[in-house]
Amino acid sequence: MEPLLQHLLNGLLLGSTYSLLGIGLTLIFGLMNVVNFAHGEFYTLGAYVTFAGLTVASVSFVLAIPLTILAGMAVGAACERLLLRPLRAASIDTTMLVMIGLWIALQNAELLIWGGVAKSVPTPFSTQPVVVGPVSVAPLRLFVFAVSALLIAAAHLVLARTKLGKAMRATFQDRETAALMGVSIERIHTITFALGAGLAAAAGALLGPVFLVYPSMGDLAALKAFSVVILGGLGNFAGAAVGGLLLGVAEELGAGYVSSGYRDAIGFVIIVAMLLCRPSGLFARAERVG
Amino acid sequence: MRHLVQRIWALSLAAALLAGLGAPAVFAQPGEPIKIGVIQPLSGPVAASGSYVRMGAEIARDWINGRGGVLGRPIQLLIEDNKSDPKEAATAAEKLIVRDKVPVIMGAWGSSMTLAAMPKLEEYGVPMIVETSSAASVTKRGNPWVFRISPPSEMEALGLERYVKDLAIKQAAFLAVNTDWGRGAVTAFGDLLKRSGATVGATEFMDQAATDMNAQITKIKAGPSDTLFLTTSVEQITLVLKQAQEQRLGRKIITTGGSSSPSQLIKQAGAAAEGTYHLLFFLPWFPEAMPDGRLAKAFVDEWQKRGHPFEGLTEGFRGHDGILTAAEAIKLAGKPDPKAVREALWKVNLMGVNGPIRFEKDGPAGKESGQSRPSIFVVQIKDGKVALPAFLAKK
Repeated sequence: MEPLLQHLLNGLLLGSTYSLLGIGLTLIFGLMNVVNFAHGEFYTLGAYVTFAGLTVASVSFVLAIPLTILAGMAVGAACERLLLRPLRAASIDTTMLVMIGLWIALQNAELLIWGGVAKSVPTPFSTQPVVVGPVSVAPLRLFVFAVSALLIAAAHLVLARTKLGKAMRATFQDRETAALMGVSIERIHTITFALGAGLAAAAGALLGPVFLVYPSMGDLAALKAFSVVILGGLGNFAGAAVGGLLLGVAEELGAGYVSSGYRDAIGFVIIVAMLLCRPSGLFARAERVG
Repeated sequence: MRHLVQRIWALSLAAALLAGLGAPAVFAQPGEPIKIGVIQPLSGPVAASGSYVRMGAEIARDWINGRGGVLGRPIQLLIEDNKSDPKEAATAAEKLIVRDKVPVIMGAWGSSMTLAAMPKLEEYGVPMIVETSSAASVTKRGNPWVFRISPPSEMEALGLERYVKDLAIKQAAFLAVNTDWGRGAVTAFGDLLKRSGATVGATEFMDQAATDMNAQITKIKAGPSDTLFLTTSVEQITLVLKQAQEQRLGRKIITTGGSSSPSQLIKQAGAAAEGTYHLLFFLPWFPEAMPDGRLAKAFVDEWQKRGHPFEGLTEGFRGHDGILTAAEAIKLAGKPDPKAVREALWKVNLMGVNGPIRFEKDGPAGKESGQSRPSIFVVQIKDGKVALPAFLAKK
């Protein structure tokens, strides 16, 4: 029983960050119809910005996270304005290629600036685990879970309760009518991409200290994000949130009880299974985004 | 008239091109550098180790050139990045052989990467000095162009054999990277334990790029083993140690393969690394204890003079010894020709930073690879510092 509880706990903690990544990607994928292959790079960018903030600028860890989110949003907005807006009329394949190019460019820029050796991010948390009955967990991971939950809740509030969120949902449902109603489609696209990038950067800022920071860390994260998006349904916020947790738990249980060497393949298996059985996702509804 | 001018232009252009093509053959100066190929992971999950090996190789290059080079010519390292990927290692080998025409290569760090490059060596007939890879298959596949100076996992296990009682291992679990290296180590050390009367417990694997090993650790924790054999690169060892501490694994941990860089573990894993044992092939903390203490000390001093991180020394010496071997073989061959260098490698008998380097036959008869017998050491991290384990310090 004890190992099972520990597995479940591990899965939930990790899954919360998968949710962050998935929500960011589902917003971009669902709302803008852009296959954001560079999503993993915003994750990596977030990790490096936090690393730089802590080691070079000596900012505190708690302060570094909002700063990283802002940085991620800024870079995301810039990418949207410079790369995606001119391609608005182009086909989905063109934007896909451009995002792949962005992916390669960002990763190699990080390689150039920081080198290939993995970096360790210092945190103010003690390394002594918190023990609750049969399970133990590091304080840092609890902090990561708490912040992820907070960010997911905040994103949900923005989408469901604010005027901006309403405009985003309207654009998603019917672009032309939303434009007729006075919604600035250009602005919504920029803000959506920035939001998605910011959430990915937040995931990187949180997970960088848990693991290690190196230029290719985003590749696996991007794959997991795509699994979450397909699991939850394109553009489905709640689907991505729950999907992330499901993926985390599935990976942990799969690695714990089936085969540990192939844990990361579980995400792939889920993609294939979902596309075969329920292509619109677990939570497919008529109304998406929100 | 115009046609004539055009024709003269075309002919002179062609003549110039031909002259240009012929020039290298005519003008190949004795001072032209001899190229040695190097294939290492400089990016990807194991980039730290590859970078350290490169730094060591550069020290060897500069020392050799400072002594007059080889056959009166300086040596030049052509370094290719295999991106921690076996496919890239094969591509890099082909590039170095076909485009750059190197007479000898050193590489490719990871066993899977080396194994991927090996068919190219046989196809084109170019020898490679294997400086790090541990999988037995590297020298058992019947590839006569492979010469290894690092110990295979079996030799490592033999080096540990006499300490099994001192370490009080009754049942050991295994956590290894899911590559030829990791799997080979599990087999080799598993056999060692069975020979010594201990039993093998849970055997878990992790992908080379994996960062979350909690599932594997939970599984191992649920079993009755008293020791964990950990085989992977320093980045993953850091993560495993941290996660083992989080889950209060509380077991003796022994890392194998020599790429654990204990100083880096102390820095990045901190208290989580306390008490862990490491199988290594170089002791930069006690260079005088090496077979050639003077050379080892000089290497450590030069490394630090260049501002390289101290924690990289346990990996960097491999690059040095590999290039030293390559240069010696070219010298004995008398010319930078791949076949001659291969013949000469069998005659190499020198002292590297790790110790004596001399190749013995290994593998199927008639197509043997070369295998040297390097020195193997065990250290322990105690009180945040690297020390000899208690049972060794007494002797």
